[in-house]
Amino acid sequence: MKQFDILIVGAGIVGCAVARECALAGMHAGVIEGGVPGGGATAAGMGHVVVMDDSPAQLALTGYSRSLWQRENQTLPAAVEYETRGTVWVAADDEEMLEVESKCVAYRGAGIESAILTSRQLAEAEPNLRRGLAGGLLVPGDGVIYPPAAAGYYLSEAGRMGAELMLSRAVKAAEGVVQLANGSTIRAEKIVLAVGTECDLLPALPIEKRKGHLLITDRYPGFLRHQLVELGYLKSAHQSLEDSVAFNIQPRQTGQMLLGSSRQFGSVDPRAESEMMRRMLDRARSYMPGLAQISALRVWTGFRASTKDKLPLIGPAKGLSDDGSLWLAAGFEGLGITNAPGAARLLVDGMLGRTPEIAAEPYLPARLIEGLHV
Amino acid sequence: MKRTQVLVIGAGPAGIAAAIAAAEGGRRVMVLDDNPSAGGQIWRGGTVSGGSRSDDGGGARQRALDRLSRSGATVLSGMRVFDAQVSGVVDAVRETGSHSVVERFAFEQLILATGARERFLPFPGWTLPGVFGAGGLQALVKGGYPVKGKRIVVSGSGPLLLAVAAHLAEDGAVVSTVAEQADMGQMARFAASLWSHPGKLMQGAAYRAKLWKTAYRTGCWVSEALPAANGQGLRAVRLSDGTREWEEACDLLACGFHLVPNTEVASLLGCDFRESYVRVDGAQRTSVEGVYCAGEPTGIAGFDAALVQGEIAGLSCAGRSTEALRKRAQAEQQFQLGLEKAFALRPEIGLLARQETIVCRCEDVALGALQGRLGWTDAKLQTRCGMGPCQGRVCGPAVEHLLGWKPVSVRQPLSPVPIDAFCSNNEDELIKEKV
Amino acid sequence: MSKLIAITINGVRNEVVEGTTIAAALLLAGQACRVSVTGEARTALCGMGICFECRAMVDGVPHRRTCQTVCTPGITVETNP
Repeated sequence: MKQFDILIVGAGIVGCAVARECALAGMHAGVIEGGVPGGGATAAGMGHVVVMDDSPAQLALTGYSRSLWQRENQTLPAAVEYETRGTVWVAADDEEMLEVESKCVAYRGAGIESAILTSRQLAEAEPNLRRGLAGGLLVPGDGVIYPPAAAGYYLSEAGRMGAELMLSRAVKAAEGVVQLANGSTIRAEKIVLAVGTECDLLPALPIEKRKGHLLITDRYPGFLRHQLVELGYLKSAHQSLEDSVAFNIQPRQTGQMLLGSSRQFGSVDPRAESEMMRRMLDRARSYMPGLAQISALRVWTGFRASTKDKLPLIGPAKGLSDDGSLWLAAGFEGLGITNAPGAARLLVDGMLGRTPEIAAEPYLPARLIEGLHV
Repeated sequence: MKRTQVLVIGAGPAGIAAAIAAAEGGRRVMVLDDNPSAGGQIWRGGTVSGGSRSDDGGGARQRALDRLSRSGATVLSGMRVFDAQVSGVVDAVRETGSHSVVERFAFEQLILATGARERFLPFPGWTLPGVFGAGGLQALVKGGYPVKGKRIVVSGSGPLLLAVAAHLAEDGAVVSTVAEQADMGQMARFAASLWSHPGKLMQGAAYRAKLWKTAYRTGCWVSEALPAANGQGLRAVRLSDGTREWEEACDLLACGFHLVPNTEVASLLGCDFRESYVRVDGAQRTSVEGVYCAGEPTGIAGFDAALVQGEIAGLSCAGRSTEALRKRAQAEQQFQLGLEKAFALRPEIGLLARQETIVCRCEDVALGALQGRLGWTDAKLQTRCGMGPCQGRVCGPAVEHLLGWKPVSVRQPLSPVPIDAFCSNNEDELIKEKV
Repeated sequence: MSKLIAITINGVRNEVVEGTTIAAALLLAGQACRVSVTGEARTALCGMGICFECRAMVDGVPHRRTCQTVCTPGITVETNP
């Protein structure tokens, strides 16, 4: 039976980032993937590296993780297509402009550079936005990447430092033993579950699927310069019950654009739904009328791993499970790309007893268990 | 939304035959076709009046089109179906001028007559201007590209090569060589099988007659296309017969390796498949209630098969008996099996592409980038192969042949559509449009 | 007698027979339809609207399939905008 220091189940961007951190720390790591590395939520999502302030803990984590992306963006391979495009949070009316102002203050407090744009400045920054919007908030340090290549890069770095990839689905992972669908059994001191929305290995995982729709266009270089997000995105992200859409568009290095976003609970059907598409794209078209005749190449869906408090689970599974070997890097909802490097650091800091660069308590899985002191 | 009883997708021979049979059988019929005019590939109409001849085998095409218009069936050209998920409905888009219009069609019965496309297999130089598909060059000629006086080599595999070469010769091109990769032995068995299909023998003979100045080489293939010094077209191709290689000067190369069926709509509808073809019963019914399929998507069997299958599908929709046609249909099925064997691809064809030869033309992904990937999905994600606007229709068959990766499932939109196609208000706009 | 119509290709006036597709007109003019992502000149391959190699900007709209578009008088075509 093969023996590792640590086994990471799931070769999405988070699992691959964890594998790299583990290898960097000198651990003999194994990565287990039943499908294609980077082929799950990593491939389905937008690839934004963005600071989000829906809670102080989220602001801290996204800010920290974004800074890790920025630290290494010069050394990432070209295939990762890292671009510091910046984000513009778009305010449709004066009420949303007030939110822009308070957002700016919150970001400043966290050391995140941002600038308020007037209606005219917004139009200059993004000429294809409709006229008459109130303004926006430019966050110049935000970035865009091509996620499958990033996952592939982390994985190859981990491999360069001795990590092994096993392409077979994990059917059981407990007490330091992982059983694979191909019949192998592997041992490790620690097991990290970085499994997206597939919770069958630990049914107690408090993760729900939130379906999202996306669309990618043909190449229209110059149509869009920054990532654009409507302020309503935050409301949509926080909704627990209703299906919702929010305007979100991202330029890719190829000149293609990714369009989103939608959120649904309770749907496990991977097929795109025309009603959600209609709502999502009506909204996009209302912000950027020129999108109407732009050619859509593909439409797909993905499932975000959502937790009750919108924060990921990073740390020992204690509280959710008595299994001392189990660790979690899960529940990243729409911020898996942004938070992958930061989460990987926090997780390994926790394993090695290193002092993390930000407080790790808000993300410990045990916080979700009532009565448990963290 | 437009409503009809029988909706036919595709106005090639199968679709035309189906529409005629259904309409003459008393059904209200609408035909959607994505080309500027009806006829599909083999019956492609020239868009230039008085221009190049169409392959109408003595007026058969015009007779069919006349009969179609007399039958009462409506043909909507320039309409491309991109979604068929809601039961009883398809969505199509028409690109006109500066904007596109989406239309929705409701039907009781659906006949899929979506035809086939050429299989392209990469070789060094295949992306150069001057290299066309075999059917592709013929289509462009019918669209007004004159080839008079041009030196053309036709290569690849399949009966289409002869038909294309004959037409090009008729249009004044100098077709120096037709290079069929299948060897004489394979072909002889195919030729022998033609005895049971005298009409096809006649047609083959007629093609050969037009090509009396052309060298027809079997067991021969193009291994490389070589660019002209001025960057306009080719200066030559390199030919091989497995033993020796030689250059042949030419301006254009028309090459295609037989056909692959267009089964995307059938796939989206959830029809059962038999290998890469749509499975149908003797009445051309698919496994999906109310959905029929006729012609190449059920098996690459050529023109006569398309006609008889289309007629059977149309009669089935009209509730008429198809017994009289069954024997003919079965004979054509035998022809299909003969075709597959006769034009099976030799191993050398899969070895022509080099590491740097482009496989995915939309995203310029070379063969070297694909080798070593785990499979189609991994290749798509890590190289963008198959992620361009052709949605893998060109590189897919090449990847399957070169690397053995089977195509993954099909999703809507079946071809690129404007974002507006998914938005509100398209229906309102269309109410104002006259049917 | 075939009627000739005037179209513009990359700013240059061209005359083509009425009914000619834009892809055929580009071939007649010796122009490639597009430039690929690695800079190769490309022209139509399949002739039936499937391969997308014949794409060009037509009347200001990018990514139009020129093999399935018939020339109309005054139409403007740009192959590398």
